Amino acid sequence: MKLTLKIWRQPNPATAGAMHTYELDGVSEDMSFLEMLDVLNEKLNTSGEEPIAFDSDCREGICGMCGLMINGQAHGPEVTTTCQLHMRSFKDGDEITIEPWRADSFPVLKDLCVDRSALDRMVQAGGYISANTGSAPDAHAAPVEKKKADRAFDVATCISCGACVAACPNGSASLFLGAKITHLGELPQGQPERYSRVVGMVGQHDHDGFGGCTNIGECAAACPKEIPLDVISQLNKDLRTAMVKGR
Amino acid sequence: MAGSTLHEGLAPLNVASEQKSDDAHGYYVLGDKLVDAKAPTGPIKDRWTTRKFENRLVNPANRRKLDIIMVGTGLAGGAAAATLGEAGYNVKSFCYQDSPRRAHSIAAQGGINAAKNYKEDGDSTFRLFYDTVKGGDYRSRESNVYRLAEVSANIIDQCVAQGVPFAREYGGLLDNRSFGGVQVSRTFYARGQTGQQLLIGAYQAMERQVAAGTVKQYTRHEMLELIVVDGRARGIIARDMVTGEIETHLADVVVLATGGYGNVFYLSTNAMGSNVTATWRAHRKGAYMANPCYTQIHPTCIPVSGDFQSKLTLMSESLRNDGRIWVPKNREDCDKDPRDIPEEDRDYYLERIYPSFGNLVPRDIASRQAKNVCDEGRGVGPVVGDFRRGVYLDFADAIARMGRQAVETKYGNLFDMYARITGEDPYEVPMRIYPAVHYVMGGLWVDYDLQSNITGLYVTGEANFSDHGANRLGASALMQGLADGYFVLPNTIRDYLADGPFPKVAEDHPEVVAARESVEARINTFMSMNGTRSADSYHKELGNIMWEYCGMERTEEGLRKAIDMIRELKADFWSNLRVLGTADGINQSLEKAGRVADFIELGELMCVDALNRRESCGGHFRGESQTEDGEALRHDDEFAYVAAWEWGGEDGQPVLHKEDLIYTAIEMKQRSYK
Amino acid sequence: MPVVATPTLVSPPRSTRSTIALKLVMATSGLLFVAYVLAHMYGNLKAFSGQDKFNDYAHHLRELGEPILPYEGFLWIARTVLLVALVAHVVAAVLLTNRNRRARTTRYQVKKNVASSLSSRTMRWGGAALLLFIIWHLVNFSFGKVNVATGETGSAAGDPYTLMVGSFEVWWLTVIYLVAMVALALHLHHGTWSAMQTLGFTNTAASRRRAKQAGWLLAVVVAGGFSLVPLAVLVGIIEK
Ligand SMILES: Cc1cc2nc3c(=O)[nH]c(=O)nc-3n(C[C@H](O)[C@H](O)[C@H](O)COP(=O)(O)OP(=O)(O)OC[C@H]3O[C@@H](n4cnc5c(N)ncnc54)[C@H](O)[C@@H]3O)c2cc1C
Ligand code: HEM
Ligand code: HEM
Ligand code: SF4
Ligand code: F3S
Ligand code: FES
Repeated sequence: MKLTLKIWRQPNPATAGAMHTYELDGVSEDMSFLEMLDVLNEKLNTSGEEPIAFDSDCREGICGMCGLMINGQAHGPEVTTTCQLHMRSFKDGDEITIEPWRADSFPVLKDLCVDRSALDRMVQAGGYISANTGSAPDAHAAPVEKKKADRAFDVATCISCGACVAACPNGSASLFLGAKITHLGELPQGQPERYSRVVGMVGQHDHDGFGGCTNIGECAAACPKEIPLDVISQLNKDLRTAMVKGR
Repeated sequence: MAGSTLHEGLAPLNVASEQKSDDAHGYYVLGDKLVDAKAPTGPIKDRWTTRKFENRLVNPANRRKLDIIMVGTGLAGGAAAATLGEAGYNVKSFCYQDSPRRAHSIAAQGGINAAKNYKEDGDSTFRLFYDTVKGGDYRSRESNVYRLAEVSANIIDQCVAQGVPFAREYGGLLDNRSFGGVQVSRTFYARGQTGQQLLIGAYQAMERQVAAGTVKQYTRHEMLELIVVDGRARGIIARDMVTGEIETHLADVVVLATGGYGNVFYLSTNAMGSNVTATWRAHRKGAYMANPCYTQIHPTCIPVSGDFQSKLTLMSESLRNDGRIWVPKNREDCDKDPRDIPEEDRDYYLERIYPSFGNLVPRDIASRQAKNVCDEGRGVGPVVGDFRRGVYLDFADAIARMGRQAVETKYGNLFDMYARITGEDPYEVPMRIYPAVHYVMGGLWVDYDLQSNITGLYVTGEANFSDHGANRLGASALMQGLADGYFVLPNTIRDYLADGPFPKVAEDHPEVVAARESVEARINTFMSMNGTRSADSYHKELGNIMWEYCGMERTEEGLRKAIDMIRELKADFWSNLRVLGTADGINQSLEKAGRVADFIELGELMCVDALNRRESCGGHFRGESQTEDGEALRHDDEFAYVAAWEWGGEDGQPVLHKEDLIYTAIEMKQRSYK
Repeated sequence: MPVVATPTLVSPPRSTRSTIALKLVMATSGLLFVAYVLAHMYGNLKAFSGQDKFNDYAHHLRELGEPILPYEGFLWIARTVLLVALVAHVVAAVLLTNRNRRARTTRYQVKKNVASSLSSRTMRWGGAALLLFIIWHLVNFSFGKVNVATGETGSAAGDPYTLMVGSFEVWWLTVIYLVAMVALALHLHHGTWSAMQTLGFTNTAASRRRAKQAGWLLAVVVAGGFSLVPLAVLVGIIEK
């Protein structure tokens, strides 16, 4: 197939960027979206234009490194990661607009690469269970109800890609936050720090300039791991409880 | 089993081997034998306890004054950074991704082994030890493996305490499954995302230390050189991949937990950024590279669909439990719709050759046989290069037997993944699979304490030559990464650090300046070469050579040819590379150039190692060493040793140091799956 | 250009200072409004029972709580609570809107919305429209009592029934009210479920579905119920 690609190019964080248009021929529908960009980059390199910078690592939908806004949708038109999106989702002659995640808490570093370290900082602010190495009791000491274990797992599948932030009209990271709060809050091990965790993480979220959630729901639709909106309700509930507890 | 020798422990059960063949003659220099000076003696079950006790302690007040550089944030690096941070050391943690949680360990699917014996099915530390040594085809060091089995149980406890959501049964207790053909259920898992859940646990523990101030994390930083001062590893040169700045980081000790180098094959199941640079730079500074040719090839991956392909995706091995593998009997049928090929024209070759194990033969055998039938021209799917590279994994029988519903429950997510990547519906058409490079058993040589032959340089996880001998059992790499990270390294490194803090090294020390300047010079060369080809194109070419001649089957002739080809490729690379853009910001072409340059050198060493080892063991199959019916043939009399290679200089030849493998607790046996 | 995020950790974090705390204020005040509009709508429907019943009802409201409370006592308590809630709701709305705008200062060239309802994306406009409406409405019917047809104000504008029916005989005023009811419907459609989510009551797919259904129901019942009176006046079912 032949495609017209409109791609955001920006040399560095300090310089303004702009959309550039490229024509790419000979795209096979078995290519993944990123392999299509690899092919474009190889062409650019040959023609003397600097290749386009974009992030990816595992290319199998699990590391969360990749992430592009494709025709106005985070990770493109399918419920999957950018690296698992394949060109058969597009047609010959299509025009595709490719932009980086946009959020002021995710500054653009270059072309399509953004800085998502704010997600790490939220985890630093409490997204863990304090269990020093070597201090753990036997794994069978605390059985976990299957239903809770399953829910914890369902939401622990978040890959920290940031698509929820990119898709949210408010630039809110509530889905990401909610997923972590719910994962650790469902487990007995997570109880002692449950309320300090939510206060810390939400505080960091706000501190880093993410927007508030107005329950619009674009995040869950963009999430490649199908994290449901329930987690935001859980997040709100835990914060409300923390307020009552005077945290 | 050798249970009785367990307590005696000391009497060797085998003699040191003596190599008679010399296939690699002219490509290497023979060096002195190597002994692991740290290897403890005494009964095998007491060795680790004794060592932990013997190792000196570091006073908590002193820990603050000790700086540790930890390169890598996978299971091995992340777990160690967290643990050492908790202990109060000053840790600097590096990774090339934008978050420590994205290290390649995240991709592991199947599970993690541990000798918990929760199923009461006869598992024990000794059995896990035995299985691992046997699985590794008797090419691993027994003390290390025993320790691995010993600490495995603690790993599970630790992870559960961190909130890792392992699969559970209705009673609320942990579930186990059997994995990789072993007869006990000792594999703990979190659906198909065990690696992710374990890594998130380690990552969260590490982030907690970042907040506490004991760990400082440097993301999007790539280590490009090791700093060795007065014979000790004292720091690294790293490039800030965002600003392009070349930074010097100095410390009392350096730990490399940088993962495997499977990407030397270009196409592998590894992440795009997985590289050998960190360990190769250390190798060039004197660290020995052990058994570099040992690679594991996984039989069930989604085949290559075209030359644009950038990576291969693993499909869980569990598919072989119910799927039947076949190819057409006749070449003419290869491009037919598989559903139109009648039963009598299909060749279920694994069931034919190995009637008792059938589709469940070990990874290396399943892989090699797939290659054989494709080489005969009976492969299926698109033609890539000269051949069709794929075989059918057919679920039609399973669907007829168990019903589509049951197949869906069991394998639904894998089928979906397959459908997404190939665009074919595996419920209707048989899947196509092909082997792909998955894991490397080779890596930097380390002693029992995980210290390399460079003082003060420790190596953990897949980056060391590891505990897996010539072949790794499924679900054991995660176990090793976490064992090294949480329990082994923190206990061994303290003995070294007890002598610290070492005298401060000045930033303008000649060794530091030299290291820094060499990095800058190399980057300048890349940027100014201005040739015609991209780093990627060289990488692909290298990958083709490696896969063809140093892949599933290696022959003397092929390896010699490969070495010549790699040398030519190297010369071309250094004259005709083109890297556009600048070095003072993100430049992914520049990053690749550095990695490919190191892969090329590694590739040559792998071929030399493979050429020298004229035996078939584990993942290394030498065409010249097989039984009459084409099975792997080991030569314990010649090759029961670890091949540790010393860098021979830019134009010199690598020096081979052999470490004899002497078993005291287990007797060596040939394996057979007929 | 967005400024690079400050790589610092917040200290000390406080639950009461968070966006979620503000959202809780919005949700509780919003739910209070929901209760109020339901009751108010019910009262308005008394217009169908004729002038006397309607005026009696308005009068009763003022006597509610007597003799424990003085005349109009209950009304003033209710007014105070509503006013405080209104100020809180609007202030929180402005604060949150500002912060959400700052969270993304560079817009996308192309952005598709795939899962969100129109109502969820128009809360701010709808809210602003409602604010204008409420101001006008109070001038019109409550403390101003402006009869747009006759130009009379205060008690001269007649009893509540006369004022109301008289007003809706003016077509453009009816249009204003009906437009406001559309805004109200949208605000309630999203607001109801949103408040449930904010308060943490929708932790499962099923409860989420129910909250969304409740949003539909309230939107139709409240906006529909309110619209009946003006429409009835327009077509002549209710007359002076
Ligand atoms: C698809 C797949 C499935 C697997 N499934 C299983 C399984 O089910 N069970 C099992 O036991 N094993 C499995 N394995 C193997 C296992 O995942 C790995 O062997 C193991 O995770 C390696 O961990 P590690 O910590 O040593 O390295 P990695 O996780 O690879 O981490 C390497 C780290 O080093 C950093 N790094 C590398 N180079 C540099 C540099 N130059 N500068 C700075 N940082 C650098 C990286 O950023 C990263 O943080 C699987 C492997 C693959 C590929
Ligand atoms: C006075 C003018 C008003 C303004 C400016 C206003 C504005 C807003 C805004 C901006 C929101 C946030 C959107 C969101 O969170 O989804 C909101 C939410 C809400 N509003 Fe209003 N609104 C007004 C009046 C009303 C009225 C009259 C009602 C009820 C009848 C109401 C009920 C709600 C509810 C229930 C919510 C949801 C709260 C939540 O999300 O938790 N509002 N309003
Ligand atoms: C078609 C719709 C509506 C009609 C016909 C209507 C009618 C009236 C009337 C007649 C009064 C005066 C009652 C009295 O003084 O006793 C009144 C008061 C009031 N209405 Fe409405 N109303 C409508 C919609 C609304 C809406 C949607 C709101 C809020 C969002 C609202 C809020 C109020 C308030 C706050 C008062 C003042 C009560 C007081 O005096 O304390 N009204 N309305
Ligand atoms: S919640 Fe979903 S979209 Fe958000 S970071 Fe996690 S996986 Fe990505
Ligand atoms: S899209 Fe945004 S507003 Fe909330 S529900 Fe999702 S975070
Ligand atoms: S590259 Fe890892 S999720 Fe896409």
